[in-house]
Amino acid sequence: MTAYILRRLWQMVPTMLGVVILVFFLFNWVGGDPAYVLAGKISNQEQIDNIRRQLGVDQPYWVQLWIFIKQIVTGDFGASWSTNERIGSIILTRLPPSLTVLVPLTILDLLVSVGLALAVAYVRGSLTDRAVMIVCTVGLSISILVYIIVFQYVFAYKLGWFPVQGWGDSFWENLVRYSSLPILIGLTVSIAPSLRLYRTFVLDEINQDYVRTARAKGLSENRIMWIHVLRNASIPIITNVMASLPGLLIGAFLIERFFSIPGIGREVILAVERSDFPVIKAITVYVAVATMVFNLLADLMYKAVDPRVQLR
Amino acid sequence: MATSEAALPRNADGTRVVPHNVSPGLWTLAWRRLRADRVGMVSLAIVAAFLLMMALSAAGLIARDWSKEVGVNYAPPSFIGADEASGTPAAPAAAPEPAAPSTEWKTQIVDPLADVIAELKGAKPAAAPPPSGGTEGKSVDPLADVMADIRAGKGTTAAAPAEARRATLPFGGDKWGRDVIAKTIKGSETSIFVGIMSAIVAVALGTLFGAISGYYGGWVDDAFNWFYSVFNSIPYLLLILAVAAVLQQKGVVTIILILGLTGWTGVFRLIRAEYLKHKAREYVQAADAIGASNARRMFVHIFPNVSHVVLVQLSILAVGFIKAEVILSFLGFGVPVDVVSWGSMLNEAQNELILGKWWQLVAATVAMATLVTAFSLFTDALRDALDPKLKGLKGH
Repeated sequence: MTAYILRRLWQMVPTMLGVVILVFFLFNWVGGDPAYVLAGKISNQEQIDNIRRQLGVDQPYWVQLWIFIKQIVTGDFGASWSTNERIGSIILTRLPPSLTVLVPLTILDLLVSVGLALAVAYVRGSLTDRAVMIVCTVGLSISILVYIIVFQYVFAYKLGWFPVQGWGDSFWENLVRYSSLPILIGLTVSIAPSLRLYRTFVLDEINQDYVRTARAKGLSENRIMWIHVLRNASIPIITNVMASLPGLLIGAFLIERFFSIPGIGREVILAVERSDFPVIKAITVYVAVATMVFNLLADLMYKAVDPRVQLR
Repeated sequence: MATSEAALPRNADGTRVVPHNVSPGLWTLAWRRLRADRVGMVSLAIVAAFLLMMALSAAGLIARDWSKEVGVNYAPPSFIGADEASGTPAAPAAAPEPAAPSTEWKTQIVDPLADVIAELKGAKPAAAPPPSGGTEGKSVDPLADVMADIRAGKGTTAAAPAEARRATLPFGGDKWGRDVIAKTIKGSETSIFVGIMSAIVAVALGTLFGAISGYYGGWVDDAFNWFYSVFNSIPYLLLILAVAAVLQQKGVVTIILILGLTGWTGVFRLIRAEYLKHKAREYVQAADAIGASNARRMFVHIFPNVSHVVLVQLSILAVGFIKAEVILSFLGFGVPVDVVSWGSMLNEAQNELILGKWWQLVAATVAMATLVTAFSLFTDALRDALDPKLKGLKGH
């Protein structure tokens, strides 16, 4: 097990290096000279030279790449170009609000969509099944923007059930008062694709021989579905959830933006708008690391769910 | 494929002899299966209608005058009827409402939209100079824009060449009195074109990489796999935003490049697996024996056998990219503000909704949802038709 984890971590090194080079290529080469972005329109050559020296972009590319790798390893990306806030502190302070919305959202999404998938797959081919699938397909084709705009308008602005937007200092106030509507919208958007996907996973299992055996043994339908089928279907479900988690951190950017939640996603949008390259670079690299670690965790969880899985 | 379909009935013509020598090809069979699929055909018709609409609009035959202010500001839809005295029926409902949620909304909505509105203000007059109402009061405060519109909505009838403008439009007008239907048609041009073109770019890249990687194997395969895992370890949206941050100039080509250059990974994985499978088959060995070059084997011999995968992927990606374009344009990272797209319509509609002007939101949403639903259903039907083995899995 330990050997396996070590080998997997070792295999991450070339991929990580690739991410670093890709990000470096994008921002230091394609992105052009950041001094002009920073200095703005009113600037003379001296100012630009100063900024270039400060940022280190007057150095040759290989020196810049070395600086970037040092930044990643030490975790010290310097300061944001637009607010001068330390990037380490930006990420640390933006993470909790993001998680306040995303953790409950992920758990609820998993519970609801797995439950519904089992129920719908159980009555596969019926009118209920087809109706649910049609609702999913139509629901999926409406842009998330529309859900956010309409829900915010109806539930917050017109009906006043939730605050229109905002964020407080206490965790419980944020979770209960400010996160409810964002979580509701997130659920509305995420359940349709999850349900469709999980339904096919359950359908793959539901006709297997072991299900017939379990039924022949006289097990209750509940036990068959929730224990036997769910356990076997959970491997692809785990893959899906784990693979989507890091992306969700960014994916919630629209929700965070509309509801003024000071999270990672909103920070990325702000950084893109302000051409704040160090912030985007740092977030991209860390999210890539998180993605790889979560993939490893997913593989380790297979082992826990399915003893037949050999970790090689 | 067309010849074999045509050949079949002609050989059997008049006689009872069934020609066993001509068996229908993959595409003939697929087309037959697709034709038998009622949902698939209806959705195909809807998608074709949208494409026709896009082509007509691009050719300038319809919706050419989308930027003309044919109605009064915020002209309501005809089935609601003109509002007496002003073109803003719901403005009194929204404006003089001093309730707590209203003020909360207005004070807090300011921040996240400031830049978008500033952009709109900056570029809109260049595209379509609005008559008086839209340009006055250009302060930094984004709320001023909304307030100016409320005021303008009440005063415009006297101010501008409004007597020539209509009080209602078939499905309402926007802030400048432009016809929402024409705008939706014009917007479809951008959104569908961007979606399909970027899907073509992504599929072409993915197919090329996948073919080379799967066909040659060895270190080439390792290199492409490394490239794939690099792209795959950055969440897709983050990658799009990062590229959008770097490519400063906005434009249809830029957004096609952004989506196309970042979206090839899924296609790559599938096509690579297909080429791995096919390169060992006898027909490829036969091609080798008659002296076909590597490139010829890859793209003349193997490619037709994997092209159904390519087609399905193209369809899936086009749907995804249409949705992505809407979001990017909404955020202002997509097409320039003087180009109308469903995303920029939603952006305007967001502010209009507060004033009770819901029609632009509904128009853009319905157009997009109809197209995307039809496109997704068509993709499912296409996949079933091309790969019937999958049907048992996905279907009932």
